[in-house]
Amino acid sequence: MPEIDPTFTALPLRELADAALSRAASLGASHADIRVVRTQRLHRMLRDARLEASSDSSDLGLSVRVIHEGSWGFAAGVTLTTAEAQRLADQAVAMATVARPLVSTPVELAPEPVHADQTWVSSYDIDPFEVPEADRFARLLDLSERLLAADAVHHATARLLAVKENTFYADLTGTSTTQQRVRIEPDFQAVNVGDGGFATMNTVAPPAGRGWEYLTGTAWDFEEEIAHLPELLAEHAKAPSIEAGRYDLVIEPTNLWLTIHESVAHGTELDRALGYEAAYAGTSFATFDQLGTLQYGSEHMNVTGDRVTEHGLATVGFDDEGVAAQTFDIIKDGVLVGYQLNRQMAQEKGFGRSNGCAYADSAGHIPLQRMPNVSLAPDPQGPDVAGLIAGIDDGIYVIGNKSWSIDMQRYNFQFTGQRFFRIKDGRLAGQVKDVAYQATTTEFWGSMDAVGGPDTYLLAGSLNCGKGQPGQGAPVSHGCPAARFRNVNVLNTAEGDN
Amino acid sequence: MNDIAVSSWVEQAVAASTARECTVIVQESHEVNLRWAANALTTNGSMSQRTATVISTAELADGVSAASVTGPLATAEDLLELVRQADAAAPGAPADDEAQPLVSGQADEDFDHPAYRVGPEDFSGLALDLGTAFERAAAAGHLLFGFAEYRRTTTWLANSAGLRRRAVEPMGRLEVNAKAPDLINSAWVGAQSTDFTDVDVPAMHDELEKRLGWGSTRVDLPAGEYETILPPGAVVDLLVYAYWTMSARDAEQGQNVYAGAERGTTRIGEQLSTLPITIASDPEHQQFQQPPFVILPSSAPGLASVFDNGVPVGRVDWVKDGVLRNLVRTRAGFARSGGTGDLPFPSENLLVDAGGTADLDEMIAGTKRGLLLTCLWYIREVDPQTLLLTGLTRDGVYLIEEGRVTAAVNNFRFNESPIGLLRRATEAGRSEHTLCREWNDWFTCSLAPALRIPDFRMSTVSQAY
Repeated sequence: MPEIDPTFTALPLRELADAALSRAASLGASHADIRVVRTQRLHRMLRDARLEASSDSSDLGLSVRVIHEGSWGFAAGVTLTTAEAQRLADQAVAMATVARPLVSTPVELAPEPVHADQTWVSSYDIDPFEVPEADRFARLLDLSERLLAADAVHHATARLLAVKENTFYADLTGTSTTQQRVRIEPDFQAVNVGDGGFATMNTVAPPAGRGWEYLTGTAWDFEEEIAHLPELLAEHAKAPSIEAGRYDLVIEPTNLWLTIHESVAHGTELDRALGYEAAYAGTSFATFDQLGTLQYGSEHMNVTGDRVTEHGLATVGFDDEGVAAQTFDIIKDGVLVGYQLNRQMAQEKGFGRSNGCAYADSAGHIPLQRMPNVSLAPDPQGPDVAGLIAGIDDGIYVIGNKSWSIDMQRYNFQFTGQRFFRIKDGRLAGQVKDVAYQATTTEFWGSMDAVGGPDTYLLAGSLNCGKGQPGQGAPVSHGCPAARFRNVNVLNTAEGDN
Repeated sequence: MNDIAVSSWVEQAVAASTARECTVIVQESHEVNLRWAANALTTNGSMSQRTATVISTAELADGVSAASVTGPLATAEDLLELVRQADAAAPGAPADDEAQPLVSGQADEDFDHPAYRVGPEDFSGLALDLGTAFERAAAAGHLLFGFAEYRRTTTWLANSAGLRRRAVEPMGRLEVNAKAPDLINSAWVGAQSTDFTDVDVPAMHDELEKRLGWGSTRVDLPAGEYETILPPGAVVDLLVYAYWTMSARDAEQGQNVYAGAERGTTRIGEQLSTLPITIASDPEHQQFQQPPFVILPSSAPGLASVFDNGVPVGRVDWVKDGVLRNLVRTRAGFARSGGTGDLPFPSENLLVDAGGTADLDEMIAGTKRGLLLTCLWYIREVDPQTLLLTGLTRDGVYLIEEGRVTAAVNNFRFNESPIGLLRRATEAGRSEHTLCREWNDWFTCSLAPALRIPDFRMSTVSQAY
């Protein structure tokens, strides 16, 4: 079991907390918290087996957030001294003072038990930052060269992103938590350039809350995926263009996670439903008055939020407001039954306690309500992928994600994918291309007539979900099985004169 | 954060490096922001940040390598530690095809000056204006949502070849969304500013009320092709995508919309529009000043390399008189292509002009029947070959009939390529200072005209509002 990096715990975390919190309290703050956050990032990129980009970066800073006379105030800096911590407390109170005339209702937070001196570390085997550079480069080079060795592959790109995040949180109630998370995303792309243009295909391996072992055989077989990518690309390049129309779809988790992310996970953020994101990311069609009644999808749809799934990208011990990680229902038998919360919204809407969905991507940003791992449950007796396909006379099997877009109420969406296979009479009948599926959220999820069994389940996700102003990125996982959807509108993306 | 002498830390760092060559970049930013929803403040912040990047190079048997290490900077020792890390990492990195000699020469007179600072006091006037706006909105029965952000970033760049450059980038933006109580009738306006002294909140509120007035009548229209006026902000949201994908190398390798018909060629020299449109970037533009030299903590493959740090940047006409004139290359790529003169480097501003003189109202007056799309949203690439983009309208689609706006229309999803739109555009209005909607987190400096598109394609109706 990994331990928290001693170079983080060696920082004067307790002294900074004591200085900031006592200063805020002396200035009359009813709530104060401090976060010290260090994020290390490693980025490598190879194109055609030559190094294209290489950077190692880290952020380290501290911030103080207060509620002063019912108004939020926030200040952040980079110098880790007690004097700076006190200055930030002063500045946060000053911001609250500037803001006070613009606050209509005094801010209150839902109560949370005190979690004193807690530590938590995510589950991984090998810290990617501890792997020798030569080994990292050799692995990316080897997989790149395997792609380039194939006739169908004219160019190949390899990307690796790894992140290690340390967070210290303390507040006036006595809660203090110290945590460490590691995540990694390898991605490979093969390109075919022909007389009629070019075709690309990426690996569909999802990012994971794992270490370097993910790239060497644990939980994903990159050898196998890289070996098959050229033949899939070659078939894709020659595939016929889809005829636009309505089709039944079987969608793999490598694609469906993103549809869940956009149409379900963002749609059930309570801050959106309450209008806090109205000017930017948008609101939600799933308004608060529909809690308990909105038929979000078919009876096969059961969605949970959690911050506890092992290797999940949103998995933590405690959120950025000191709330312990939990699991909760969002959609049950197709009906909206829950929202993602932070402490302010939990108090405002009478939920009693936050379900732990506050997160900020650095000390320099204010914690927002950010999504936990939001996952679609498999059917314990559900079929395998072949069984789902067998139930379709004329349809499309969708694998991997590529392009995505959804409106500001999380309703009208359009997705493409990495590859598409035509389904005829219950069997795959070769690849087609230029496919995008377009639907509305409730229509689409209402058309889901079967979900696959546990063997089809995959925990996928994204390292960088954007939200908020100033903009913040957040890592999030979505688990789901393969699933079948009836009569979905499919566009041909090659049609039109551009 | 105290006003320490960052320049002296930089000098110590460059002197301490034992690498073949060394570049040091320090960036210090100070920001204040306010965010509000439903006529009340939701969050506010005052943030300061200082980071440093050290790029060390090493001579290898097969070329030159580089290592780029970035970290937070609180003390002089932090910067020396980054130097040690970069110096140690460079010999272990593989050779970089983009390697070039460091830029030498210029030393800016203000290199020793401290960072430009902003703080809560810079928003005290805006807070008063917003308080008045909230009262006005409540009295008028509508709701205001929005965000204001003011940041200044000071950059010091120095290298072992003697270059010493300093630049200050101002970034300010204000966006306000007004909604009627039904939340269906919705309008948005935005403004870019470099110091927030020129932002006129009451005037922005007037414009929002005008648009909410337009939305008091609603009609539903089906998907299809419509004559459409894209106002300047929407034009920028689409053209920024075309700007960000202008890699000459990708074009020569047949991998983007700028690829030529023959392998290894590009579309440079091709007439993209019958309008005399110019699309340029210019760091010296009076309203949108950007650093006049390259600043790159890490490479952007095919577009820019860390070896290019410090290269002087000037105006570049990417499209002139409707003809594609330039694509983006690294310095090494520019040399390999036989390029001479200044590197065509893309500054973070976009200046679009086609010589039109009509303002938006005059273009509306010249429309028999069409749509006015005020905001585009969630724009994503569907097909890089044609640069086909999909996205949606939001916060104000209006029907124009007989030269005037007569109603608000439902929202749409569209599938269009900005390259196709340039080719099909039939009229460009007067070029105006504008803030785009979707990309204004990253891109705030733009000047553009409204464009008339005779056949803008709406794929489906969007029920969202």
